[in-house]
Amino acid sequence: MTKLQTLPAPGHEQGKDGKTPGNRARGSGTRGSAGRPRESRGTLAFSRSAHIKALAKHALLIVTGGIMIYPLLWMVVSSLRPNDLIFREPGLWLNGLEMSNYTDGWSALSHPFGHYMLNSAIVVIGSILGNLISCSMAAYAFARLQFSGKKLFFGIMLLTIMLPFHVVIVPQYILFSQIGWVNTFWPLIVPKLLATDAFFVFLMVQFIRGIPQELDEAARIDGAGHPRIFLRVILPLMVPVLATTTIFTFIWTWNDFFGALIYLTDPEMFTVPVALRAFVDSQSATSWGSLFAMSIVSLLPVFLVFLFGQRFLIKGIATTGIK
Amino acid sequence: MSAISELSSMSRGKGPVTDEEKRANRRDNKAAYIFLLPWLVGLVVITVGPMLMSLYLAFTDYNLLQPPEWTGLDNFTRMLGDARLHNSLRVTFTYVLVGVPLQLAVALLIALVLDKGLRGLPFYRSVFYLPSLLGGSVAVAILWKQIFGTTGLVNQVLAMFGIAGPGWISDPSTSLGSIILLHVWTFGSPMIIFLAGLRQIPNMYYEAAEVDGATTLQKFWRITLPMLSPIIFFNLVLQIIGSFQSFTQAFIVSGGNGGPSDSTMFFTLYLYQKGFGQFDMGYASAMAWFLLVIIGAFTAINFIASKYWVFYDD
Repeated sequence: MTKLQTLPAPGHEQGKDGKTPGNRARGSGTRGSAGRPRESRGTLAFSRSAHIKALAKHALLIVTGGIMIYPLLWMVVSSLRPNDLIFREPGLWLNGLEMSNYTDGWSALSHPFGHYMLNSAIVVIGSILGNLISCSMAAYAFARLQFSGKKLFFGIMLLTIMLPFHVVIVPQYILFSQIGWVNTFWPLIVPKLLATDAFFVFLMVQFIRGIPQELDEAARIDGAGHPRIFLRVILPLMVPVLATTTIFTFIWTWNDFFGALIYLTDPEMFTVPVALRAFVDSQSATSWGSLFAMSIVSLLPVFLVFLFGQRFLIKGIATTGIK
Repeated sequence: MSAISELSSMSRGKGPVTDEEKRANRRDNKAAYIFLLPWLVGLVVITVGPMLMSLYLAFTDYNLLQPPEWTGLDNFTRMLGDARLHNSLRVTFTYVLVGVPLQLAVALLIALVLDKGLRGLPFYRSVFYLPSLLGGSVAVAILWKQIFGTTGLVNQVLAMFGIAGPGWISDPSTSLGSIILLHVWTFGSPMIIFLAGLRQIPNMYYEAAEVDGATTLQKFWRITLPMLSPIIFFNLVLQIIGSFQSFTQAFIVSGGNGGPSDSTMFFTLYLYQKGFGQFDMGYASAMAWFLLVIIGAFTAINFIASKYWVFYDD
């Protein structure tokens, strides 16, 4: 109990943050793992009431967490059940694995589900590359260079973060349809190549501001120009924020429904979300099992990214509130 | 520092510029615009250009096939008399005004419970955060459709207690509620922002309050809430802006038609139907601008009201 109170929780963001320059960017670098002295509370931990309080907290968290996760677990289990059981069995017990939902679902649409996964993968990879390259370039200019109109442009950049995309979607659609890009992946990728995900520009600006200016000044004295400073000094130090950008772009693009719904009408070009939607329309309530099976398949990449990228996800959210 | 606080502190001035700096500036200027080129092209072609275009289209009748025909304020007067649009506004406002406060309250509550050096924090945090990541997906919307279906999970559980539940999604009086619940379920990301904010509150305030014999509730009202108010404000602004644009969940849960009886016809869903279902692009553009005005008004009200309840330490 005392150990629990005196040690900072393992893997806690503050403990890890202290080592990265991104932390300084947020002005919270002074608060390392020692930021809040837990020792002072250690004495309280001996009391009975504190013990009971901690137990009550765990009970509350386990119950709420259980309710939160239950639907997801239930979906996983249901995808492994015969169809008629799904409507009768609210529990999580399995009597044998029923893989037919997966095989049926995989080939239920005009293309095997892997085809849609591949389409999604192409869009995701293109978007990630686009965001990494163009956002980091813009961020370098905003964070390190002096130029006329800097304040104005920076303000506009911040405002575009909050602009609802509905205001631009109709003309964008008209534009892309006139150049013949409907039913191609270009309308989903090209905007990323042009740094329209301004949130990442902002995130990167914040990060670069935390990198000591002396580093690029030293490089400049050695005769390096801006491209070299950017590529050789700044970019290698930006790995954590680039990772955050990659992970969020992956998840958002993989889940993007609206864009794909508008631009991809040919089943050949469907990404996973629109394919799932087509699945719902074609089968409706008759085959929840295979619908769930393919839903699980579609969530799997996001879940894996979540599993391996958690540290960057949490940090990214805590910094600027992207979701 | 967040985008919002950055935006409100933009107006600060700078010191005088020396000749040396001016020379450096001129050298930087060219490099800066090269680095900014992709973003600038995007700003013009993908953002500002289409914005101006949609402003123009809002005053026209345009179906993609014939050239746009100027109709003046016609789209806006049509909006005044469009009962479905009024209904979609009511649905969206209900969703935002009920869903956002509810979601933030749950996020804050769980963040408070998680805050004080509890064992297993990373585990709990992951469990509560995961739905946030998956919540926007079509897959989870499909799951929700089943959970709240007539023979869905919720009613199966209720049946165990001998209760015959309604058809949550097929009943207009509960359908919107189930989508609001989906929104509340994704409280993980504001929760993480709250957690980060709670870490910033110096412990000495609590220690001083303890010495003075303050109760837990007093500490919450007098220290935690005021110190956290900028974070609450930040979450509020972001969530309101985001919630007004919700689309996927309503689309999938309602089967794309906003049913039953338009009870889940979100503003964005109606906009989609007008623009991309009926190719009434002029009307859809007018709606988009109306949405922008609504979101802008809400954000402005938020900023003005914040002067009275948001407490800045410095």
